[in-house]
Amino acid sequence: MPVTADAPDEEVEIEEAAPPEPRGGDIVYRHRASTRIWHWLNALTIFVMLMSGMMIFNAHPRLYWGEYGANPDRAWLVLSSTRAAPAFPGWATIPTSYNLAGARSWHFLFAWLLVVPGLLYWTWSFWNRHIQRDLAPTRDEISPRHIWQDIKDHARLRFPTGPAARHYNILQKASYLGILFFLLPLIVLTGLTLSPGMDAAWPWLLDLFGGRQSARSLHFIAAALIAGFILVHLVMVVLAGPINEIRSMITGRYRLPREKP
Amino acid sequence: MIEKISRRRMIASLGTGAGGLLLSGCDRITRSAGFQAVQSAAQDLTMGLQRLVIDRGALAREFDAADMSPVFRTNGNVMPVSASYQAHAASAFADWRLVVDGLVARPLSLSLDRIRRLPARTQITRHDCVEGWSAIGKWTGVPLKLLLHGAGLRSQARYIVFHCADDFGGNPYYESIDLVDAFHPQTILAWAMNDRPLEIGHGAPLRLRVERQLGYKHAKFVMRVEAVESLAAIGLGKGGYWEDRVGYQWYAGI
Repeated sequence: MPVTADAPDEEVEIEEAAPPEPRGGDIVYRHRASTRIWHWLNALTIFVMLMSGMMIFNAHPRLYWGEYGANPDRAWLVLSSTRAAPAFPGWATIPTSYNLAGARSWHFLFAWLLVVPGLLYWTWSFWNRHIQRDLAPTRDEISPRHIWQDIKDHARLRFPTGPAARHYNILQKASYLGILFFLLPLIVLTGLTLSPGMDAAWPWLLDLFGGRQSARSLHFIAAALIAGFILVHLVMVVLAGPINEIRSMITGRYRLPREKP
Repeated sequence: MIEKISRRRMIASLGTGAGGLLLSGCDRITRSAGFQAVQSAAQDLTMGLQRLVIDRGALAREFDAADMSPVFRTNGNVMPVSASYQAHAASAFADWRLVVDGLVARPLSLSLDRIRRLPARTQITRHDCVEGWSAIGKWTGVPLKLLLHGAGLRSQARYIVFHCADDFGGNPYYESIDLVDAFHPQTILAWAMNDRPLEIGHGAPLRLRVERQLGYKHAKFVMRVEAVESLAAIGLGKGGYWEDRVGYQWYAGI
């Protein structure tokens, strides 16, 4: 055990001890194997979960707040959905045409791939201090001035260069922490609340979310936010240099963007 | 071999960031025997884990009268087409009998009157349809375990099958549960709903309530309760009409 636990520290020591500090154009080691494996597994899993989830939604395209909710009750979201014109079209769903049983099979199979590796990644990333060191914001970063500056830089598509690009910026940290510690737990726990068996075992789930139909609404909202995150994430990858970014998520090695003159 | 190729293609299409647009392969995977074996294993894992986490006697939440749905919608069959059922319905089930047989020491044949005079349990519970909606209603009926004790369930019995009066295109509806759910205190054969005799649309004269599972397990129009050792010889062998026809999970606690 100590051998594996020490390994990441050694890598950092090498990086930190290597004078001079890397500059724009240098290759740095950016993503650990655990991050890269989990990323690509999720790239598959999240799409299957979203697409099979949309098929499940098509079976009853109405959302409610509270314990109960069915066609006679007031819904806060109602989409039109028929076999011929489903709420989410066939190209966006798994399976392509109406198949609630098949969609549930996909959803519950890939749920294991979301939850088990997710819990392993959580544990591992605390253990190897990825979360404390790379994702936890520093005191300076959470000042409103710094956050506002980062928002302005993003809006102008001015991304960090040189040594500054070695670390996540505050908007990245907030997004990744939000996904890791808010949206993923929310979507898993609201999903469990939809199970009548789990509600019998853990009735606090119903109290936590205000009822099964509220949990179903929150499950949908969390899925929409995750889809939104993926969209922004992909746009940022393209804007920041897709080859370099994708390579860094495959090999771990990232070329620091050159400083602007 | 075909499955392997399409799975690889699917992973490749996602891995290269092409997103979900190239997933027509998923439909082929859904139909493939390999995928069905994998998903059936995942289903067993889910059921095994749920059975581990959910105490045998853990109750589904029971609500107050104030929490009930103003309107409890019907679904599935709302009027069995068989002539014998319709004759029973016309006479308010006066000559109707519930049969309890199969792997029991003393098969039973009980009139609705007799069933109503047996000890009853009333529970206000949430009904969750597999489609996603929920409705809260009040159910009164005889605990299934009383009938099974009365009939003397034999030790070989593993499942309880519910044969129903309704059908889809000539295929009769049926459902089945294992003994964990059969002996659960909230598992009842309900003859009243919301303080009124059970309506035909909701499954008169008797509807199974198995509160820790989804709606399709709650068989309506129950005519016969059969104790069996295996589900293989019932219907197409998967334990229920929807399980046989469209592949719904037999364990519907999720």
